[in-house]
Amino acid sequence: MNTPAKHDVTISADAELPIIHMTRDFDATPAQLHKAHTDPELFARWVGPEGMDTRIEHWDARTGGSWRYVAGREGEEYGFYGAFHEIRPDRIVQTFTFAGEPDGVALETLTFEDLGNGVTRLHAQSLVDSMEGRDQWLASGMETGVEEGYAKLDALLGDIDG
Amino acid sequence: MSDTSLSRVFAALADPTRRDMVARLAVGDATVGQLAAPYAVSMQAVSKHIKVLEEAGLVSRSRDAQRRPCHLEAEVFDLMTKWIERYQQRAQERYRRLDAVLAEMNDGAAHTSNDNDTSGLDPTITGAAS
Repeated sequence: MNTPAKHDVTISADAELPIIHMTRDFDATPAQLHKAHTDPELFARWVGPEGMDTRIEHWDARTGGSWRYVAGREGEEYGFYGAFHEIRPDRIVQTFTFAGEPDGVALETLTFEDLGNGVTRLHAQSLVDSMEGRDQWLASGMETGVEEGYAKLDALLGDIDG
Repeated sequence: MSDTSLSRVFAALADPTRRDMVARLAVGDATVGQLAAPYAVSMQAVSKHIKVLEEAGLVSRSRDAQRRPCHLEAEVFDLMTKWIERYQQRAQERYRRLDAVLAEMNDGAAHTSNDNDTSGLDPTITGAAS
């Protein structure tokens, strides 16, 4: 059986603000979803990326607390860190920084909306500091290289700016 | 100026009506009138949407033909779609792993309690936050 459509992730980029919105439904209560985001052992099991192990180095999931983890596979390591700005049963506000790019920081707001019948909708919003940063963030999924992608798009759009 | 151009494409696609128009143009070229038909908005409003798509490089209009049909620049659109899809795919992979973790939590809860009527907030979670 395929994953039902309601469990697909929807992503949208705001036109006016450097924000990415994501929505996804889960067969879980808000409390369970909350726990999967705040319990370090549970969190390390799903955060990814795919094929990498997550090592939690610091974890204080309280309002005003902070976190740091390293994702890695042999020879490769990527550090991430941030602060738990606010932790509530239905809402987590935190900052997110990739250690390789310490000037960049995203403000993430997660809300857990109880849809009833054991289904909870996760709303995840990431606010970054510029439209360019947001677009690079979105483009970062492209394995063939962001620069290449930008160069190609630049070429495609070359005539438009004139 | 690639960053600005890219932002313009994202901004153009952020509007549901314009996404709808792009979807329609993916099937084939269409005139402004044809594009306007399904919407309860003025031709001016539709023209404005098309102008945004044109400025973003997503849509072009031939200068010679009298009806000036709109044409989707599929290459630009495909590239953007690919980026969003990659991002979406990684998010989806991550959330499938979260599904598995949550499913295990559900199993655990079923073993420890047969009565699910009191399935409110887990007190240990709210307690940890205070």
